Amino acid sequence: MTIYNLYVFDRFGTCLFYQEWNRYKQSGMSKDEEYKLMYGLIFSIKSFISRISPMDFKDGFLNYSTNCYRLHFFETPSGLKFILNTGLNVGPMREVLQHLYSGIYVDLIVRNPLCSLNKPIESLLFKTKLDAYIRGLPAFTADEGTQH
Amino acid sequence: MTVYSVYIINRAGGLIYQLDHANPKTEVEKTFSYPLELTLKIMDERVVVAFGQRDGIHVGHTVLGVNGDNVKGRQLEDGREVLEVIANQENYPIAIRFGRPKLSTNERIMLASMFHSLYAIGSQLSPEQRSSGIQLLETDAFKLYCHQTLSGVKLIVLADPRQGTMEGLLKKIYELYADYALKNPFYSIDMPVRCELFDLNLQATLEATERTTFYAPGS
Repeated sequence: MTIYNLYVFDRFGTCLFYQEWNRYKQSGMSKDEEYKLMYGLIFSIKSFISRISPMDFKDGFLNYSTNCYRLHFFETPSGLKFILNTGLNVGPMREVLQHLYSGIYVDLIVRNPLCSLNKPIESLLFKTKLDAYIRGLPAFTADEGTQH
Repeated sequence: MTVYSVYIINRAGGLIYQLDHANPKTEVEKTFSYPLELTLKIMDERVVVAFGQRDGIHVGHTVLGVNGDNVKGRQLEDGREVLEVIANQENYPIAIRFGRPKLSTNERIMLASMFHSLYAIGSQLSPEQRSSGIQLLETDAFKLYCHQTLSGVKLIVLADPRQGTMEGLLKKIYELYADYALKNPFYSIDMPVRCELFDLNLQATLEATERTTFYAPGS
Protein backbone atom coordinates (compact mmCIF):
# COMPACT_ATOMS: atom_id res chain seq x y z
CA MET A 1 0.00 0.00 0.00
CA THR A 2 1.43 3.26 -1.01
CA ILE A 3 0.67 6.59 -2.64
CA TYR A 4 2.89 7.54 -5.56
CA ASN A 5 1.98 10.97 -6.86
CA LEU A 6 -0.72 13.57 -7.36
CA TYR A 7 -1.52 15.81 -10.32
CA VAL A 8 -3.98 18.73 -10.26
CA PHE A 9 -5.05 20.18 -13.60
CA ASP A 10 -7.33 23.10 -14.35
CA ARG A 11 -9.95 22.86 -17.07
CA PHE A 12 -7.58 24.18 -19.73
CA GLY A 13 -5.00 21.47 -19.11
CA THR A 14 -2.50 23.55 -17.14
CA CYS A 15 -0.86 21.54 -14.40
CA LEU A 16 -1.58 23.56 -11.24
CA PHE A 17 0.13 21.24 -8.83
CA TYR A 18 2.27 18.14 -8.79
CA GLN A 19 3.81 16.26 -5.94
CA GLU A 20 5.30 12.82 -5.61
CA TRP A 21 5.86 10.71 -2.52
CA ASN A 22 7.09 7.22 -3.32
CA ARG A 23 7.70 7.30 -7.02
CA TYR A 24 10.06 4.59 -8.22
CA LYS A 25 10.20 5.31 -11.91
CA GLN A 26 10.34 8.61 -13.76
CA SER A 27 8.72 8.74 -17.15
CA GLY A 28 11.99 9.67 -18.89
CA MET A 29 10.77 13.03 -20.22
CA SER A 30 10.66 16.56 -18.92
CA LYS A 31 8.02 17.35 -16.31
CA ASP A 32 6.17 19.64 -18.72
CA GLU A 33 5.97 16.88 -21.31
CA GLU A 34 4.78 14.46 -18.69
CA TYR A 35 1.96 16.77 -17.56
CA LYS A 36 0.82 17.15 -21.13
CA LEU A 37 0.86 13.40 -21.66
CA MET A 38 -1.08 12.80 -18.43
CA TYR A 39 -3.69 15.42 -19.29
CA GLY A 40 -3.98 13.98 -22.77
CA LEU A 41 -4.42 10.48 -21.37
CA ILE A 42 -7.25 11.59 -19.06
CA PHE A 43 -8.88 13.66 -21.79
CA SER A 44 -8.81 10.73 -24.20
CA ILE A 45 -10.05 8.24 -21.62
CA LYS A 46 -13.03 10.48 -20.93
CA SER A 47 -13.86 10.79 -24.59
CA PHE A 48 -13.31 7.04 -25.10
CA ILE A 49 -15.67 6.19 -22.24
CA SER A 50 -18.41 8.55 -23.31
CA ARG A 51 -18.46 6.87 -26.70
CA ILE A 52 -18.01 3.21 -25.84
CA SER A 53 -20.36 3.20 -22.84
CA PRO A 54 -23.48 1.12 -23.49
CA MET A 55 -25.59 3.40 -21.28
CA ASP A 56 -25.71 6.86 -19.73
CA PHE A 57 -23.54 7.57 -16.73
CA LYS A 58 -23.26 10.15 -13.99
CA ASP A 59 -19.67 10.46 -12.78
CA GLY A 60 -18.00 8.77 -15.73
CA PHE A 61 -14.38 7.72 -15.36
CA LEU A 62 -13.45 6.71 -11.80
CA ASN A 63 -10.14 4.83 -11.92
CA TYR A 64 -8.03 2.40 -13.89
CA SER A 65 -5.49 -0.17 -12.80
CA THR A 66 -2.52 -1.88 -14.37
CA ASN A 67 -0.57 -4.74 -12.78
CA CYS A 68 1.48 -2.21 -10.73
CA TYR A 69 -0.57 0.85 -9.88
CA ARG A 70 -4.04 2.35 -9.82
CA LEU A 71 -4.92 5.80 -11.08
CA HIS A 72 -7.83 7.54 -9.33
CA PHE A 73 -9.59 10.41 -11.02
CA PHE A 74 -11.93 13.06 -9.70
CA GLU A 75 -13.27 16.03 -11.61
CA THR A 76 -15.16 18.95 -10.12
CA PRO A 77 -18.06 20.56 -12.02
CA SER A 78 -15.74 23.49 -12.77
CA GLY A 79 -13.39 21.15 -14.64
CA LEU A 80 -10.63 20.94 -12.05
CA LYS A 81 -9.05 17.48 -12.25
CA PHE A 82 -7.41 15.58 -9.40
CA ILE A 83 -5.35 12.53 -10.36
CA LEU A 84 -3.85 10.31 -7.70
CA ASN A 85 -1.66 7.26 -8.34
CA THR A 86 -1.67 4.62 -5.62
CA GLY A 87 -0.73 1.00 -5.10
CA LEU A 88 -3.12 -1.76 -6.13
CA ASN A 89 -4.46 -2.72 -2.72
CA VAL A 90 -5.85 0.74 -2.03
CA GLY A 91 -9.64 1.01 -2.06
CA PRO A 92 -11.75 3.76 -3.62
CA MET A 93 -10.14 7.20 -3.15
CA ARG A 94 -13.07 9.29 -4.26
CA GLU A 95 -13.71 10.74 -0.80
CA VAL A 96 -10.03 11.53 -0.39
CA LEU A 97 -9.91 13.42 -3.68
CA GLN A 98 -13.16 15.14 -2.83
CA HIS A 99 -11.63 16.26 0.46
CA LEU A 100 -8.50 17.51 -1.33
CA TYR A 101 -10.83 19.73 -3.30
CA SER A 102 -13.45 20.90 -0.81
CA GLY A 103 -11.35 20.76 2.35
CA ILE A 104 -7.94 21.88 1.14
CA TYR A 105 -8.09 23.49 -2.29
CA VAL A 106 -11.22 25.59 -1.70
CA ASP A 107 -10.11 26.60 1.79
CA LEU A 108 -6.51 27.50 1.02
CA ILE A 109 -6.50 28.55 -2.63
CA VAL A 110 -9.97 29.73 -3.64
CA ARG A 111 -10.44 31.68 -0.42
CA ASN A 112 -6.93 33.10 -0.52
CA PRO A 113 -6.93 36.46 -2.30
CA LEU A 114 -3.20 36.14 -2.99
CA CYS A 115 -3.58 32.98 -5.07
CA SER A 116 -4.61 33.25 -8.69
CA LEU A 117 -6.83 30.35 -9.78
CA ASN A 118 -5.37 29.51 -13.15
CA LYS A 119 -1.67 29.69 -12.29
CA PRO A 120 0.43 26.89 -10.80
CA ILE A 121 -0.06 26.77 -7.03
CA GLU A 122 2.79 28.27 -5.03
CA SER A 123 1.11 28.57 -1.64
CA LEU A 124 3.38 26.97 0.95
CA LEU A 125 0.47 26.49 3.33
CA PHE A 126 -1.40 24.47 0.67
CA LYS A 127 1.63 22.29 0.05
CA THR A 128 2.20 21.63 3.75
CA LYS A 129 -1.46 20.89 4.50
CA LEU A 130 -1.80 18.60 1.50
CA ASP A 131 1.41 16.75 2.30
CA ALA A 132 0.32 16.25 5.90
CA TYR A 133 -3.12 15.03 4.82
CA ILE A 134 -1.74 12.50 2.31
CA ARG A 135 0.90 11.24 4.73
CA GLY A 136 -1.78 10.79 7.36
CA LEU A 137 -3.93 8.53 5.16
CA PRO A 138 -4.09 4.84 6.09
CA ALA A 139 -3.25 4.07 2.44
CA PHE A 140 0.05 5.91 2.70
CA THR A 141 1.95 3.43 4.90
CA ALA A 142 4.57 2.58 2.31
CA ASP A 143 5.97 -0.92 2.48
CA GLU A 144 9.15 -0.09 0.63
CA GLY A 145 11.05 -2.93 2.24
CA THR A 146 8.87 -5.65 0.77
CA GLN A 147 8.69 -4.36 -2.78
CA HIS A 148 11.98 -2.61 -3.43
CA MET B 1 -24.29 -10.99 -14.47
CA THR B 2 -24.12 -8.98 -17.65
CA VAL B 3 -21.42 -8.84 -20.29
CA TYR B 4 -22.11 -5.93 -22.63
CA SER B 5 -19.57 -6.52 -25.36
CA VAL B 6 -16.34 -8.22 -26.35
CA TYR B 7 -13.56 -6.71 -28.48
CA ILE B 8 -10.38 -8.33 -29.82
CA ILE B 9 -7.58 -6.03 -30.99
CA ASN B 10 -4.54 -7.27 -32.89
CA ARG B 11 -0.97 -6.31 -32.00
CA ALA B 12 -1.06 -3.32 -34.38
CA GLY B 13 -4.17 -1.83 -32.79
CA GLY B 14 -6.66 -3.00 -35.42
CA LEU B 15 -10.04 -4.32 -34.39
CA ILE B 16 -10.34 -7.95 -35.48
CA TYR B 17 -13.46 -9.05 -33.62
CA GLN B 18 -16.40 -7.39 -31.97
CA LEU B 19 -19.55 -8.74 -30.40
CA ASP B 20 -22.40 -6.97 -28.64
CA HIS B 21 -23.84 -9.42 -26.20
CA ALA B 22 -26.35 -7.60 -24.01
CA ASN B 23 -27.72 -4.25 -24.99
CA PRO B 24 -29.19 -2.32 -22.09
CA LYS B 25 -32.34 -0.52 -23.11
CA THR B 26 -31.68 3.20 -23.02
CA GLU B 27 -34.42 4.47 -25.28
CA VAL B 28 -37.06 7.00 -24.22
CA GLU B 29 -40.13 7.85 -26.26
CA LYS B 30 -42.13 10.97 -25.47
CA THR B 31 -44.97 12.82 -27.14
CA PHE B 32 -44.48 16.56 -27.50
CA SER B 33 -46.83 19.39 -28.30
CA TYR B 34 -45.79 22.51 -30.19
CA PRO B 35 -43.39 24.23 -29.56
CA LEU B 36 -40.71 21.65 -28.70
CA GLU B 37 -38.99 22.34 -25.36
CA LEU B 38 -35.73 20.69 -26.48
CA THR B 39 -32.99 22.20 -28.58
CA LEU B 40 -31.76 19.79 -31.25
CA LYS B 41 -28.77 20.19 -33.50
CA ILE B 42 -26.86 18.24 -36.12
CA MET B 43 -23.64 16.67 -34.89
CA ASP B 44 -21.63 14.07 -36.86
CA GLU B 45 -24.57 13.57 -39.26
CA ARG B 46 -26.95 12.85 -36.39
CA VAL B 47 -29.72 14.82 -34.73
CA VAL B 48 -28.52 15.31 -31.16
CA VAL B 49 -30.12 16.89 -28.08
CA ALA B 50 -28.08 20.03 -27.34
CA PHE B 51 -30.09 21.56 -24.53
CA GLY B 52 -33.10 20.82 -22.36
CA GLN B 53 -32.46 17.64 -20.38
CA ARG B 54 -35.78 16.24 -19.08
CA ASP B 55 -37.72 13.03 -18.33
CA GLY B 56 -34.79 10.71 -18.97
CA ILE B 57 -33.77 12.48 -22.16
CA HIS B 58 -30.17 13.56 -21.77
CA VAL B 59 -27.97 16.00 -23.61
CA GLY B 60 -26.06 13.91 -26.16
CA HIS B 61 -28.92 11.53 -26.93
CA THR B 62 -29.79 11.20 -30.60
CA VAL B 63 -33.21 11.12 -32.24
CA LEU B 64 -33.82 7.47 -33.16
CA GLY B 65 -37.41 7.68 -34.35
CA VAL B 66 -40.24 10.09 -35.11
CA ASN B 67 -43.88 8.91 -34.88
CA GLY B 68 -42.77 5.29 -35.02
CA ASP B 69 -40.59 5.75 -38.14
CA ASN B 70 -36.89 5.04 -37.74
CA VAL B 71 -34.36 7.78 -38.29
CA LYS B 72 -31.30 7.12 -40.44
CA GLY B 73 -28.62 9.73 -39.88
CA ARG B 74 -30.39 13.07 -40.22
CA GLN B 75 -33.28 11.80 -42.34
CA LEU B 76 -36.36 9.68 -41.82
CA GLU B 77 -36.66 6.41 -43.72
CA ASP B 78 -38.83 8.11 -46.35
CA GLY B 79 -36.17 10.75 -46.99
CA ARG B 80 -37.65 13.68 -45.07
CA GLU B 81 -35.23 15.77 -42.99
CA VAL B 82 -35.78 15.17 -39.27
CA LEU B 83 -35.23 18.80 -38.29
CA GLU B 84 -37.76 20.00 -40.87
CA VAL B 85 -40.41 17.52 -39.69
CA ILE B 86 -39.87 18.61 -36.10
CA ALA B 87 -39.96 22.30 -36.97
CA ASN B 88 -43.30 22.01 -38.79
CA GLN B 89 -46.25 22.84 -36.51
CA GLU B 90 -48.68 20.69 -38.55
CA ASN B 91 -46.91 17.51 -37.45
CA TYR B 92 -47.72 18.06 -33.78
CA PRO B 93 -48.44 16.34 -31.44
CA ILE B 94 -45.34 14.35 -32.31
CA ALA B 95 -43.80 11.27 -30.68
CA ILE B 96 -40.00 11.32 -30.69
CA ARG B 97 -37.82 8.42 -29.60
CA PHE B 98 -34.44 9.29 -28.06
CA GLY B 99 -31.53 7.10 -27.06
CA ARG B 100 -27.80 6.55 -27.12
CA PRO B 101 -26.62 6.17 -30.71
CA LYS B 102 -25.49 2.73 -31.79
CA LEU B 103 -21.81 2.68 -32.68
CA SER B 104 -20.98 2.18 -36.32
CA THR B 105 -18.24 -0.22 -37.42
CA ASN B 106 -15.96 2.68 -38.25
CA GLU B 107 -16.40 4.16 -34.80
CA ARG B 108 -15.65 0.82 -33.21
CA ILE B 109 -12.43 0.48 -35.20
CA MET B 110 -11.45 3.98 -34.10
CA LEU B 111 -12.23 3.27 -30.45
CA ALA B 112 -10.22 0.05 -30.60
CA SER B 113 -7.10 1.78 -31.87
CA MET B 114 -7.69 4.55 -29.35
CA PHE B 115 -7.64 2.04 -26.52
CA HIS B 116 -4.48 0.53 -27.97
CA SER B 117 -2.69 3.86 -27.49
CA LEU B 118 -4.24 4.54 -24.06
CA TYR B 119 -2.90 1.15 -22.99
CA ALA B 120 0.62 2.10 -24.06
CA ILE B 121 0.51 5.54 -22.41
CA GLY B 122 -0.84 4.00 -19.20
CA SER B 123 2.29 1.91 -18.95
CA GLN B 124 4.57 4.81 -19.88
CA LEU B 125 3.22 7.07 -17.13
CA SER B 126 3.59 4.40 -14.46
CA PRO B 127 5.27 5.43 -11.19
CA GLU B 128 6.49 1.85 -10.79
CA GLN B 129 8.99 -0.17 -12.80
CA ARG B 130 7.73 -2.62 -15.42
CA SER B 131 4.06 -1.79 -15.38
CA SER B 132 1.63 -3.25 -17.86
CA GLY B 133 -1.00 -1.08 -19.54
CA ILE B 134 -4.59 -0.59 -18.42
CA GLN B 135 -6.06 -3.89 -17.25
CA LEU B 136 -9.22 -2.66 -15.58
CA LEU B 137 -10.97 0.62 -16.24
CA GLU B 138 -13.86 1.53 -13.94
CA THR B 139 -16.69 3.96 -14.54
CA ASP B 140 -20.06 4.14 -12.84
CA ALA B 141 -21.81 2.62 -15.88
CA PHE B 142 -19.51 -0.28 -16.78
CA LYS B 143 -16.14 -1.86 -16.14
CA LEU B 144 -13.70 -2.57 -18.96
CA TYR B 145 -11.38 -5.54 -18.52
CA CYS B 146 -8.39 -5.92 -20.79
CA HIS B 147 -6.03 -8.85 -21.08
CA GLN B 148 -2.98 -8.60 -23.30
CA THR B 149 -1.64 -11.94 -24.44
CA LEU B 150 2.08 -12.65 -24.84
CA SER B 151 1.79 -12.12 -28.56
CA GLY B 152 0.31 -8.65 -28.09
CA VAL B 153 -3.33 -9.41 -28.90
CA LYS B 154 -5.72 -7.56 -26.57
CA LEU B 155 -8.95 -9.12 -25.38
CA ILE B 156 -11.44 -6.64 -24.00
CA VAL B 157 -14.67 -7.27 -22.13
CA LEU B 158 -17.18 -4.60 -21.12
CA ALA B 159 -19.28 -5.74 -18.18
CA ASP B 160 -21.67 -4.57 -15.51
CA PRO B 161 -19.82 -2.64 -12.74
CA ARG B 162 -21.49 -4.64 -9.94
CA GLN B 163 -19.86 -7.77 -11.24
CA GLY B 164 -16.94 -9.63 -9.72
CA THR B 165 -13.73 -10.17 -11.63
CA MET B 166 -13.75 -11.23 -15.27
CA GLU B 167 -10.22 -12.66 -15.39
CA GLY B 168 -11.63 -16.16 -15.84
CA LEU B 169 -13.77 -15.12 -18.77
CA LEU B 170 -10.85 -13.36 -20.48
CA LYS B 171 -8.70 -16.49 -20.15
CA LYS B 172 -11.54 -18.53 -21.58
CA ILE B 173 -11.96 -16.17 -24.54
CA TYR B 174 -8.22 -16.42 -25.20
CA GLU B 175 -8.56 -20.19 -25.20
CA LEU B 176 -11.43 -19.99 -27.71
CA TYR B 177 -9.43 -17.60 -29.89
CA ALA B 178 -6.48 -19.99 -29.90
CA ASP B 179 -8.64 -23.03 -30.52
CA TYR B 180 -11.12 -21.80 -33.09
CA ALA B 181 -9.41 -18.88 -34.82
CA LEU B 182 -5.67 -19.58 -34.73
CA LYS B 183 -6.02 -23.29 -35.37
CA ASN B 184 -8.38 -22.66 -38.27
CA PRO B 185 -6.33 -23.20 -41.47
CA PHE B 186 -8.36 -20.55 -43.28
CA TYR B 187 -7.62 -17.88 -40.69
CA SER B 188 -4.61 -15.64 -41.26
CA ILE B 189 -3.10 -13.95 -38.24
CA ASP B 190 -3.93 -10.28 -37.48
CA MET B 191 -6.91 -10.40 -39.85
CA PRO B 192 -10.57 -10.07 -38.80
CA VAL B 193 -11.88 -13.23 -37.15
CA ARG B 194 -14.64 -14.76 -39.26
CA CYS B 195 -14.92 -18.26 -37.87
CA GLU B 196 -18.30 -19.79 -37.22
CA LEU B 197 -17.05 -22.10 -34.51
CA PHE B 198 -15.49 -19.18 -32.66
CA ASP B 199 -18.78 -17.25 -32.78
CA LEU B 200 -20.79 -20.22 -31.54
CA ASN B 201 -18.45 -21.08 -28.71
CA LEU B 202 -18.00 -17.50 -27.59
CA GLN B 203 -21.76 -17.06 -27.45
CA ALA B 204 -22.08 -20.26 -25.42
CA THR B 205 -19.32 -19.16 -23.05
CA LEU B 206 -20.90 -15.78 -22.45
CA GLU B 207 -24.25 -17.38 -21.77
CA ALA B 208 -22.67 -19.88 -19.40
CA THR B 209 -20.84 -17.07 -17.58
CA GLU B 210 -24.08 -15.17 -17.12
CA ARG B 211 -25.75 -18.17 -15.57
CA THR B 212 -23.05 -19.14 -13.11
CA THR B 213 -22.84 -17.58 -9.71
CA PHE B 214 -19.14 -18.39 -9.69
CA TYR B 215 -18.14 -14.75 -10.08
CA ALA B 216 -19.21 -13.27 -6.77
CA PRO B 217 -20.79 -9.82 -7.01
CA GLY B 218 -18.74 -6.89 -5.71
CA SER B 219 -14.97 -6.90 -5.66
